[in-house]
Amino acid sequence: MLAKRIIPCLDIKDGRTVKGVNFVELRDAGDPVELAKRYVLEGADELVFLDITATHEQRKTLVELVQRIAHAINIPFTVGGGIKSVADVSALLEAGADKVSVNSAAVRRPLLVNELAKEFGSQCIVVAIDAKAEKGDWFVYLNGGRLATDIQALGWSKEVEERGAGEILLTSMDHDGSKKGFAIGLTKAVSSQLHIPVIASGGAGEMAHFTAIFKEGKADAALAASIFHFGEIPIPVLKSYLNDHKIAVRI
Amino acid sequence: MKIIIIKYNAGNIQSVMNAMERLGVNPILSDDPAEIQSADRVIFPGVGEASTAMSYLRERGLDKVICGLPQPVLGICLGMQLMGSFSEENSTECLGILPARVKKLSNTAIDGSLLKVPHVGWNEVQHTDNQLFDGMPDCPFFYFVHSYAMEICESTIADTDYGKPFTSAIQCRNFYGVQFHPEKSAGVGEQLLRNFLNLQP
Repeated sequence: MLAKRIIPCLDIKDGRTVKGVNFVELRDAGDPVELAKRYVLEGADELVFLDITATHEQRKTLVELVQRIAHAINIPFTVGGGIKSVADVSALLEAGADKVSVNSAAVRRPLLVNELAKEFGSQCIVVAIDAKAEKGDWFVYLNGGRLATDIQALGWSKEVEERGAGEILLTSMDHDGSKKGFAIGLTKAVSSQLHIPVIASGGAGEMAHFTAIFKEGKADAALAASIFHFGEIPIPVLKSYLNDHKIAVRI
Repeated sequence: MKIIIIKYNAGNIQSVMNAMERLGVNPILSDDPAEIQSADRVIFPGVGEASTAMSYLRERGLDKVICGLPQPVLGICLGMQLMGSFSEENSTECLGILPARVKKLSNTAIDGSLLKVPHVGWNEVQHTDNQLFDGMPDCPFFYFVHSYAMEICESTIADTDYGKPFTSAIQCRNFYGVQFHPEKSAGVGEQLLRNFLNLQP
């Protein structure tokens, strides 16, 4: 049976791992490559590296870091942050990334998703969506949650699927950093209407949150950062717990 | 041991190179027929689209070179699919090393439930006691990313269930193939690559 994936996310700034609480206060959790190797040994199914300051400061993700990661680890990894063009993606994939994640640039120019899917194949194009609940609906936010739009998250997720996205990385701005659980309603709404996998992100605080997002939220994968970085929930303990709760995981 | 990775327009070549280097071997990336023929082991990687890949191989005469190789060859993902006779992906005539067809994965399971395509993630591989799987558990998890898969055939040495069973590994004489990505499948993936290098023909 296809396993539900557990994905630690490493937020990167200046080549180091950081994790923002609601994207504002940053804490240092070490060298990305060392942390990545530790997660592989613990049984992480995939890793995501987000250069969280890239869009804001108009910087590109460091290709050298991607090369170091690609040499060091033997599981798939995605790189995101500040990607705006076919050339940006080409550089990251050539450096050894398995997938790239695009966010703001896709909203500003949706045709980018078509171009990337055509050039590199849908399998390596993840579209990240930061969503926030407002007026009884969910709306897309840009630039790491700093900029509101009037775009509905459900419609946007459907559109990027049609344009060739291979996966959706769905972050709830309302839940991110709260440790009060994933956004079940939002994730279920998006996952149920799409034919591509959805990675739920934002709000993981305890193991029961993962059971809920897989069973009720219909997520294909769950992403978290601080609970893993600071050892609050070791991945082997989480997977054993999920297995006990009849959720297919790779152990 | 001389290990050649066939160089063509496929997407995961660097990942395969890195995986071999982690095993302590230094493969050579080549599209030169004589060089490929002189190898002890040949790896035929592949991420991409079938018809584009076949055109590229034919233009360079690599299709005939691959089919005529006598040493152990390992096709990975698209590389394995191209060993079949035909792929539904843009109706492509493939290498025809074995008489198997590659079909688009159905988004509806046998029980009627809806499935997501592409099939992405870690899934169980039920294998025979082929040397390729030496030292592994009965049903190890490997990492898959694909929308097309080979039907179950005489050369199937492992299958995986996604809505219904498909071929996840083959052996036809000296030609081996895996639908999953051993280069991205953590410890069991490394074991499989090591087993391929250690094959006793």
